[in-house]
Amino acid sequence: MARVLLRVPVSVEKGAVIEMRALIQHVMETGYRPNAEGVLQPRDIIWTFTCRYDGEAVFQAIFSPAIAANPFIAFTTIATQSGPISFTWEGDNGFAQTETRHISVT
Amino acid sequence: MKITRRVFLAAPGALLMPAATRADQQRLAAALRDFTGGQPMREGRVRLDVSPLVENGNAVPISVVVETPMTVTDHVRRIGVFNERNPQPQVISAQFGPRSGRAYLATHIRLATSQALVAVAEMNDGSFWSQRVEVVVTLAACIEG
Amino acid sequence: MKRIALALLMCCSIASADERRSGLLDMRPEAQAMQHDDSMNPGMLWVLDGEALWSSKPKPSAQSCADCHGDAASSMRGVAARYPALDVSSGAAIDLAGRIMQCREAQQAGPPLARESHDLLALSSFVAHQSRNLPIMPPDDAGMRATRTLGRAIYMTRLGQLDLSCAQCHDDQSGRRLAGSIIPQGHPTGYPIYRLEWQAAGSLQRRLRGCMVGVRAEPFAYGSAEFIAIEAYLMERARGMVLETPAIRP
Repeated sequence: MARVLLRVPVSVEKGAVIEMRALIQHVMETGYRPNAEGVLQPRDIIWTFTCRYDGEAVFQAIFSPAIAANPFIAFTTIATQSGPISFTWEGDNGFAQTETRHISVT
Repeated sequence: MKITRRVFLAAPGALLMPAATRADQQRLAAALRDFTGGQPMREGRVRLDVSPLVENGNAVPISVVVETPMTVTDHVRRIGVFNERNPQPQVISAQFGPRSGRAYLATHIRLATSQALVAVAEMNDGSFWSQRVEVVVTLAACIEG
Repeated sequence: MKRIALALLMCCSIASADERRSGLLDMRPEAQAMQHDDSMNPGMLWVLDGEALWSSKPKPSAQSCADCHGDAASSMRGVAARYPALDVSSGAAIDLAGRIMQCREAQQAGPPLARESHDLLALSSFVAHQSRNLPIMPPDDAGMRATRTLGRAIYMTRLGQLDLSCAQCHDDQSGRRLAGSIIPQGHPTGYPIYRLEWQAAGSLQRRLRGCMVGVRAEPFAYGSAEFIAIEAYLMERARGMVLETPAIRP
């Protein structure tokens, strides 16, 4: 499991626009880098990021080799109701990881 | 996204921005056409925030904000960011809707060299808006073993 | 913001004309913002990994760091700010990473940690992080004097095919530009750092090796007495400046 840094508000007012930040440990090998012997290292990146909350995907992004190592993403969503909010990363070599947090909406 | 580095000592020429080749420009134009389906893009409403000068191209903070109320009748559907001189023109694309609150994303990107970045927003009415920014990327002065 | 204010306070309290400045301030505002935000600073990934390692046993029969040292926030507070220090058992100077390696071998009887390995960087980051915002306070130890003198001598010596000493760039030319980048004063205020050039965390020794290769000198070996001496000198030179671990640097 790759290490993650998440900023998710714990308790918010209903209807508030909340900002989320997610960073995951991943080399994001571009596929364009030669190693010391001059051989191109194969691409190994995260391709998709999805945030699911209150029944649907509220944010989806497609990354590319141009996203920096240890990819960081920030976005917003409207606080609708209390419940789990999940973040899913998927990529090359079967990489798949989901982190879930709980949001309290008052 | 490492490119061959040369040791620059007192080399002010390193700061000059060579123009993108015709091939670079065409490739970016093709990627934009692909995103917009050939629809015209208008300048405006999109704010692409990136430092005009970055000291290292490996992790460049950028953010995109689009002027829109994000209501059911007036919102952003997609944002795409493209570059001119990396090996690939795509940087990131994302989907939005009325539940987004704001048409906003921030991330850290790689820039292989000084170049232009273009952010494009697709509105729910099918129109496209964009902003183009030039970024100068300085290289590390000393190559590493 | 608080960190910059504290750094300014420390600098002012030492000498009215303290012109020392952390490499943090030589970076663009966006890179500084990356360092100041724990949810955006990739160096924190290593701090979190170190936190997990702190509480885990390197092998079933061994103790974890926590078993002896308890809560790192209190037991490790201030520790990184006073390394390199004198190792009583060997009588030689030892750096923080070396101390962790030594503990792993002697106290935990666990598999050795290699220099620049992920686990050692993680533990170093975690321990050093407990001294974030504290002033660098090298021990006032007569035994460290010879080490610092050696470090200073190396710092002043021209090295490599380019025949440049550390002092020529980082004392004489700091603040000016080398191919578009500002030359920092070279204070070790945030190690292990997340260096954008590496796209990973790394130690002061890795950074120094990069500089030595840059002037086309044969770099000292990891863990060498020369590197520990240079670090001891640099920490004395940075006395009173605030630790920032994990720092971001270009």
